[in-house]
Amino acid sequence: MPSFSHFFQTFIESYPVFFKGMLLTLQVTAVSILIAIFIGLFFALLKISKVKVLEVIANFYIYIVRGTPLIVQIFIFYFGLSEMNISGFWSATLALAFHNGAYIAEIFRGTIQSIDKGQMEAGRSLGMTTALTMRRIILPQAFRRALPPLGNQFIIGLKDSSLAAFIGMYELFNVATTAGSNNFDSMTYLLIVAVYYLILVFLLTAVVSVMENKLSASD
Amino acid sequence: MSDKREMIKIEKLNKKFGDLHVLKDVDMVVKENDVVVLIGASGSGKSTLLRCLNFLEIKNDGKIIIEEKEINPKSDNLNKVRERVGMVFQHFNLFPHKTVLENVIEAPTMVKGMNKAKAIQEGKELLDKVGLADKANVYPSKLSGGQKQRVAIARALAMKPDIMLFDEPTSALDPELVGEVLSTMKQLAKEGMTMVVVTHEMGFAKEVADWVFYMHDGRIVEVGHPQDLFNNPKEKRTQDFLSSIL
Repeated sequence: MPSFSHFFQTFIESYPVFFKGMLLTLQVTAVSILIAIFIGLFFALLKISKVKVLEVIANFYIYIVRGTPLIVQIFIFYFGLSEMNISGFWSATLALAFHNGAYIAEIFRGTIQSIDKGQMEAGRSLGMTTALTMRRIILPQAFRRALPPLGNQFIIGLKDSSLAAFIGMYELFNVATTAGSNNFDSMTYLLIVAVYYLILVFLLTAVVSVMENKLSASD
Repeated sequence: MSDKREMIKIEKLNKKFGDLHVLKDVDMVVKENDVVVLIGASGSGKSTLLRCLNFLEIKNDGKIIIEEKEINPKSDNLNKVRERVGMVFQHFNLFPHKTVLENVIEAPTMVKGMNKAKAIQEGKELLDKVGLADKANVYPSKLSGGQKQRVAIARALAMKPDIMLFDEPTSALDPELVGEVLSTMKQLAKEGMTMVVVTHEMGFAKEVADWVFYMHDGRIVEVGHPQDLFNNPKEKRTQDFLSSIL
C-alpha cells in the first residue's frame, strides 16, 4: 500500500489528466443513460401493449442484453460500428445505452403496472384516450415511482462506463491503468480512481434525491 | 311515465366474465332528469351494469342506447360517448400528481381543447359548487375522503356530461363523511341531472330517487318508485333483501 502522503501528492499531481478522464466518463454516462431512458420507455410500452408480437420483440431484446456480458456487447458495437466510421465514443455510448435500456425497460414496466388501474379508468371515463391517459396520468406517476431504482441503474451505468477503456476510450479507468503502468505504481492510481468514482456516485445520488424531493410535492 | 327524452335505454343486456354470467337480459330505461338508484346485494351485478353504461366493461350481447342512439363499442368512438356520461368511482381515482384544480381542468383542456383560462374559471366555479373552492391548489393526498369524492364529482361535471353515473360513491368513506357527498349529489339531482347511482344508502334512495331498481343475481327483479318499492315490495326476493338490511 502507498503511504497516505504519497497517495495525496499523486492525487494532486495527477489531477489534470484525471479531470479530463472524468469529463469523458461523465459524457459517456450521461448521454448513454439519456438514450437508455428512451429505449427503456419504448420497450416497457411494448411489453405492456398486450400485443403478442410486440411483447415477444421486447422480451427478446431484454433476453439478449441480460444473457450476454456487457464487455461482449461493447466489443460487438465497437467492431460493428467502426465499419460505419462511427467513433469509439459513440460505440461505447450506444453499447451502454443498449445495455442499460433493457434494465430500465423492466423498471418502467414494473412501475407502470404498479399504478392503480382506477387511474386509467378515471381517465377513460372522462373521454381521454388510452394514449392520452398514459401520457398525462400514468407515466408521470410511474416515472416518479421509478426514480429510486433508476438512480440505482444510473450508478451501475456510471461504473460500467469503465469498460469503455477496453475499446481505447481514455476515460477514468483507462487514465488510472495507463498512469499506473507508466509510473510502475498501479496501486496508487487505482486507489485514486476509486476515489473519483466514489465522488461521482455521491454526486449522482444527491442529484437523484433532489429530483425525488421535487417530485414528491404531491405526497 | 312522462314523454321525457330517454337518456339511457338498454335492452336484453348480457355480460359474462368467462363462465360467470353477471348480467342476464337486463332491460332498463332512464329518462331525462331522472335519478335511478340500483340496489341489491354485492355480486348482484349493479356495478357491472353501471360500468357497461360507459363501456368500461363491454357487453357480450344486447343493445345500449345512449341519448337515442345505439352505441356499437366496435365501431363508435367510445371516448365521445364518455364525454357525455360522467362517472364517479368508489375509490375516487383522483390523479394524485395533480392539484385539485388540475384534476378538474385536465379533461376539458386535453380532450375538448378548452382554453386554459376558461377551464380554470369554470373549474373554480365547480369547486365552489361542491364547497371546495379553498382547496383548489392542494394535492389530493391532503384531502379527506369526502372532500376527495366531491372533487371527483366536480372533475366529472367539468366535462358537462348529460348523464352522471355513481358507483358506490360513499362506500369507501368514514360514516361521518357520507353526508357531505350525499348532499352534493342531492343538489345535482335537484338541478335536474340525469343520474344512475349504485348505493347502499337507502335513505338517499328514498329521498332522492325517482326510480329504484332492485337487482338480484344479474337480473332486475323489481322496479318501482321508492315509496312503493320500499314499503310494498311485490317480489319475495325484494322483501327478503329489504328486511335483511333495514
